[in-house]
Amino acid sequence: MKKNLICIECPKGCALDVDIENCRVVKVTGNQCPKGETYAISEIEDPRRILTATILTKGFPLKLLPVRTDRPIPKARISDAMKAIRKIRAISRVKTGDIIAKDLLGLGANLIATREL
Amino acid sequence: MIERDLVIVGAGPGGMGAAISAHENGVKDIFLLERDQYLGGILNQCIHTGFGIDYFKEVLTGPEYADRFIKKINAIPEIEISARSFVTHLTKDKVLTYFKPGKIETVKAKCLIMATGCREKTREMTHIAGTRPSGIFSAGLAQKLINIEGLLPGNEVVIVGSGDIGLIMARRFTLEGAKVKAVIEIQDKTRGLLRNVVQCVTDFDIPLYFNHKILKIFGKDRVTGVSVAKVDSCMREVAGTEFKIDCDTVLISVGLIPENELIEMAGVRIDKKTNCPVSDETNKTSIPGLFVCGNAFKVYDLADSVSKDSELAGKLAAEYLRSAG
Repeated sequence: MKKNLICIECPKGCALDVDIENCRVVKVTGNQCPKGETYAISEIEDPRRILTATILTKGFPLKLLPVRTDRPIPKARISDAMKAIRKIRAISRVKTGDIIAKDLLGLGANLIATREL
Repeated sequence: MIERDLVIVGAGPGGMGAAISAHENGVKDIFLLERDQYLGGILNQCIHTGFGIDYFKEVLTGPEYADRFIKKINAIPEIEISARSFVTHLTKDKVLTYFKPGKIETVKAKCLIMATGCREKTREMTHIAGTRPSGIFSAGLAQKLINIEGLLPGNEVVIVGSGDIGLIMARRFTLEGAKVKAVIEIQDKTRGLLRNVVQCVTDFDIPLYFNHKILKIFGKDRVTGVSVAKVDSCMREVAGTEFKIDCDTVLISVGLIPENELIEMAGVRIDKKTNCPVSDETNKTSIPGLFVCGNAFKVYDLADSVSKDSELAGKLAAEYLRSAG
């Protein structure tokens, strides 16, 4: 089976031609760098995204703290992750990159602050 | 009147990059004016990833990208920051008037870099007919309400135009529990990056209509819906293709315009069509020693490109100050 994908690794947006056999990627063409191949394999076999969101703060002039997962999480779990993130509050000072929640929902990614509070 | 070697207006990626570069190129007296209480500009509301791939060879969010520059600036004592400072007047001799809480100040710049960014085109500029109810926002304003203020401005959303901010807000509204009913694009392709179509629209099964235009907005107090029709290759409405979408919110994402009213006030030549300064070289204007960088000079697709050209602005400012003595 053949599938066309747009690589989302960088703003170039390479058009990828992907050959798939038994749900596995066997060949990728159209990519201008190695990231394209890695992306195509992941997108077909185990699609993932970095999730970015905000959490409410308590006791700070900044109402919201922006956060993200430090690595991509399965696309199918994004909605569950959002529900979990919505319950978290930032109550103490943090630096950019500090872990807000370790191993979010057991997905193998930490939720980190993307701004100083 | 106080005179400073270099005054920079705006502490987004453009102004911060220019300040750091000017310092690296030997400028010892830098005064950075920012209207917000925080440095970073619009980067602070761009909580999504996609920044830094070119400049830092890393995938960062807007606030993380800003943080890299903020840390550098805070470590340079020669850069003085004046936050909550809103510039209202500029003369050809580079005298700036600005408001700070409780005061009006003036400062004369030997050299000036304007890094005032850009603003969004409005509904009025796209000529959408209909009523004027609440619920119509520019995409960037909605982004600020959601990501900075913690307010969700609507539940059922139609996005006009497929610029990057509109696409990114389609995903953001969806993640926050709103229903994005359509993205309407009059052209036959996206105005934004393809990667944003994939990860912000396709990922969430949001209908994206190319070659379609919004005809009318309905609603008395609040938006109740929009009517949409197909357009031909001359962008004229195709008869009989009209349909209605019920919604309570319309986002406008149809492009950006450089914000250059201050330099225009000072007499810098402006191209009326693009609102960019008329210039034969990047960052230069018709007034010597008055430079413009970042999205105020021209609208860039990426913050990374803003940072690169702002480095040049800082260098040009240093050269100008050296030659002016």
